[in-house]
Amino acid sequence: MEIVYALAIGVLTGSGVWLLLRPRTFQVIMGLSLLSYAVNLFIFGMGRLAVGGAPIIDAIKQADPSLYDDPVPQALVLTAIVIGFATTALFLVVLLASRGLTGNDHVDGDRDSDEAES
Amino acid sequence: MSLVWIVVLPFAGSLCAAFVPSHARNAAAWLAGAVAAACVILTLQHYAQIAEGDVAREVLRWAPGLGLDFTFRMDGFAWLFAMLVTVMGALVVLYARYYMSPQDPVPRFFSFFLAFMGAMLGVVLSGNLIQLVVFWELTSLTSFMLIAYWYHRADARRGARMALTVTAAGGLCLLAGVLILGRIVGSYDLDIVLASGDMVRAHSWYLAALILIALGALTKSAQFPFHFWLPHAMAAPTPVSVYLHSATMVKAGVFLLVRLWPVLAGTDAWFWIIGTAGLLSLVLGAYAAIFQRDMKGVLAYSTISHLGLITLLLGLNSSLALIAAIFHIMNHATFKASLFMAAGMVDHESGTRDLSRLSGLYRAMPITATLAVVGAASMAGVPLFNGFLSKEMFFAETVFVSGHLITRIGLPIMAVIWGTFSVAYSLRFILQVFFGPPAGDLPKKPHEPPIWMLLPSALLVTVCLVVGVIPARTIGPYLDVASRSVLGPDMPFHSLAVWHGLNLPLIMSLMAMAGGVLLYRALGKYQQGTAVVPLINYFDGQRIFEFLLEKLDSAAKGLNQWLSTSRLQVQLLLLICAAFASALIPLMHGGLPPGNITVAEAHPAFALMWLVGAACAIGAAAQAKYHRLAALSLSGAAGLATCMTFVWFSAPDLALTQLIVEVVTLVLLLLGLRWLPPRYKLIDDKLVPLQVRLRARTRRLRDLGLAVVAAAGLATLSYAVLTRQAGEGISPFFIENSLPLAGGANVVNVILVDFRGFDTMGEITVVGIVALTVFALLRRFRPAPESMGLPVQQQEQDAQAGGLPPDPHALLPEGPMMLPGVIVQLLLPVAGMVAVFFLLRGHNEPGGGFVAGLIVATAVILQYMVGGTAWAESRTRIYPQYWIALGLLCAAGAGLSAWLVPRPFLSALVWQPTLPLIGELHLSTVLLFDLGVFLLVIGATVLILVALAHQSRRGHRKPVTAHVETSATEPLAEPAAAHHATARAPQPAQFAQSVQTAARAALDANKED
Repeated sequence: MEIVYALAIGVLTGSGVWLLLRPRTFQVIMGLSLLSYAVNLFIFGMGRLAVGGAPIIDAIKQADPSLYDDPVPQALVLTAIVIGFATTALFLVVLLASRGLTGNDHVDGDRDSDEAES
Repeated sequence: MSLVWIVVLPFAGSLCAAFVPSHARNAAAWLAGAVAAACVILTLQHYAQIAEGDVAREVLRWAPGLGLDFTFRMDGFAWLFAMLVTVMGALVVLYARYYMSPQDPVPRFFSFFLAFMGAMLGVVLSGNLIQLVVFWELTSLTSFMLIAYWYHRADARRGARMALTVTAAGGLCLLAGVLILGRIVGSYDLDIVLASGDMVRAHSWYLAALILIALGALTKSAQFPFHFWLPHAMAAPTPVSVYLHSATMVKAGVFLLVRLWPVLAGTDAWFWIIGTAGLLSLVLGAYAAIFQRDMKGVLAYSTISHLGLITLLLGLNSSLALIAAIFHIMNHATFKASLFMAAGMVDHESGTRDLSRLSGLYRAMPITATLAVVGAASMAGVPLFNGFLSKEMFFAETVFVSGHLITRIGLPIMAVIWGTFSVAYSLRFILQVFFGPPAGDLPKKPHEPPIWMLLPSALLVTVCLVVGVIPARTIGPYLDVASRSVLGPDMPFHSLAVWHGLNLPLIMSLMAMAGGVLLYRALGKYQQGTAVVPLINYFDGQRIFEFLLEKLDSAAKGLNQWLSTSRLQVQLLLLICAAFASALIPLMHGGLPPGNITVAEAHPAFALMWLVGAACAIGAAAQAKYHRLAALSLSGAAGLATCMTFVWFSAPDLALTQLIVEVVTLVLLLLGLRWLPPRYKLIDDKLVPLQVRLRARTRRLRDLGLAVVAAAGLATLSYAVLTRQAGEGISPFFIENSLPLAGGANVVNVILVDFRGFDTMGEITVVGIVALTVFALLRRFRPAPESMGLPVQQQEQDAQAGGLPPDPHALLPEGPMMLPGVIVQLLLPVAGMVAVFFLLRGHNEPGGGFVAGLIVATAVILQYMVGGTAWAESRTRIYPQYWIALGLLCAAGAGLSAWLVPRPFLSALVWQPTLPLIGELHLSTVLLFDLGVFLLVIGATVLILVALAHQSRRGHRKPVTAHVETSATEPLAEPAAAHHATARAPQPAQFAQSVQTAARAALDANKED
């Protein structure tokens, strides 16, 4: 399991980093989105992987920490997901404004490097 | 507590004066006068205690952990100085009341004036070095405000800026010096520091501390080579000059030198640094004063010179010289203030201060003339005036100075030369303005100013005269107390008398007076029409200052250019490299041994899911350039795989949230796609020049390499962590205490809304702010001209409807959306119920405010998607801003309710009432908090999405090019702004070119998406 999980994080990171370095705003926003999946999974993984151990205290297991998955990374990731949505929205609006002002969708609003595609 | 009040009262008065209406100048003047008078009385009360050699001390706790207290301390010297500041303050208030024009916002003047007075008193009464520096910098700031009072004048702004730059920079040096001093002594308390003089002088850091403190004092006192700010500060209203440049601001520098004299003086370094600066200011200031045309200019250079005298006396390392310095501080303040007042009166009544225009004012202004003559005589050191006494003491000190032959002979000669210059400029000041034939071309017809304006000057002049005739009976005891507080028990014998017999200093005085008269006669013709100072004109402090500032500016700009870039790609590249390196470096040290727990076999379904997920992620990366919609879908699939992973590994809350955020994000990005430019793939790559293609290819290869390395790195790191036992963390606490302490079984939710409720509070605030920012940004949103027209799909839809806009009041949306319209309308209440269900059970089962809020937001946005904006909004008006506000209020109210029973903010309160039929209820403020989260998430999400969706519907969205013209003709207020505008706003030519490029691309290209 762990190896698949780690590889998944790797692939998401690779795709995200590649897109982050692209010159188009839409590519960057997609890259951030993919990278945030990777980072969320990474943080979540810090609590180790456990199947069937949702941190919801039940009467049988009682409050024995060894029987539950780590709740702290989960709480962190939950807030990260919501904040991630908010920042994506902000970034989208900023990129739209930049697109409107500069007439192109280059991350630097730069027409010269617009010619030299990459 | 009266010491504290002396400092607090002026600041309180300043605050009050700031709220006085700007035309109520009498009210403000009465307020300022009352405050100054109160401070005088409070200071006077302490004399009995101080006269016995006691030191009054009051301590307020400030930061005891850092060893810092607010210490107020008054000894004889501080008392004398506080008297100077407060009495002079009261006189200047009276003078300013009649000087300031009713058109000026006078309360603002008095507000700054009182703040300055408070800061100055803070400097004088500080018993702690750090506190002293704080007040010191406050005097720089408030004097900046006062000098720039007439801020519509360029010279006032420039003068104020220069004064602030020089004195505040000096203040920073002083801070450094004081920190070193405190480090040497081990305390910042002034009493302890003053008692450790020997230790400080023997310390190896003594010189550093001395130089830094001297920089602070010399800049403040406008000593050579930092003297140039003072003449430029004369752009201030004259009452400001009276106060700042005779009695207070510039005196703060010499005050500090006297204050630290027992600690720092007595060494050769002190003699050379302080003495040289003093001597140069003394002679150069007096020399430059001869050639000024502005009355206030003469007085400004004279001030530099007299402060140089005080500094030089302090630098001589002699106790008698110190007494002379303190005496001269007082004398200079009295005669210089009266002269500044006289200059102000001449300016006020005749309309000019130009020496070459003024003449013969004696006839029109006899009282002013008399007062000015007495003041100038004191300034020149004529016998029977107070200036004479301290000048004689100075001459005596120069004669008896020991040491090198050059200093023994040079100093008396320089002293006589200075005396000659002083007499010359004083003579010129008086003769030019008040005597000679009456001037004919003055802007106003001169007459005597009102009596209340004359009174302060008259009082000061009386002091000059009385002290000059009977010094021992008037100033004598106070001077004695002040000097004794600095020198301690080993006070030398000194006598204050007008007549000491015919001795060398008296002969020097006579020589100087004769020389001055001769010099004035000799220069008579030359001075008429010139303001150029011969010989030293090329040494212009202002020019050097501006040159240095310019260099500093360009150096900073160059450094900034060299060290940073505005290009996002480079920044991100560096960021990724830095992140990689920060993980790699520790690994290089420690290595990466294999993990220590046995890992589970990979489940085929899980592996398959991620095979698809990974393919989708890579696909999204590949397609994001030309096929935005495809990339969006692929990325969503990767997100779904992430979501499933959360389900798999026991994180139901995360899975729920991720799933709904996924939906909302997708809608958001879809709404944004419409405004992005179309992008086509060229059929023939060869159309692009080879060089460009090669460069692009290299860049892609580099980025691919980086992406692979980052991927491998993070995957390895993750695997390494996952195959190790988790360390001891804080998680067991939450699991063990979730039920007993917080009464909730869902630990994640309990962490969010209870244990770490404050974090969540901050987070929802951020979400709310982001939503409002998005809304605000979109209000001024200007799309690119080519994407303003309706998209093809919308045009087709409109054509089907016969070109008519859809009827917003129809029961159901027309056309193919009718059936979905029914469904989403039915969905809304169901979704609301589900959301409430999730909200209520969130504390014990998966769910909570975040998920519930997102569910409602999704349901609302579905109404918009299916029915269209007009249709949806004709039914229910949602005001998302109110939801955001209500959510924050709920959350904050839940937090504040803990204060009812005194518990810390956000402590949960539980109430378990038993109701008939229903039974026991469990009500908690945590639920209220979660409700706040719920409302806020609804408001924020809906606000963002609806604001974005509204852009397509805005009435003025017509494909016109007016937009370009407006941005090209933006008002170019300042050159910097113009530069900014050209950098950001598209130019018409550039824009036309871009349209051509787009058209050519459309012709040449094969539309792929």
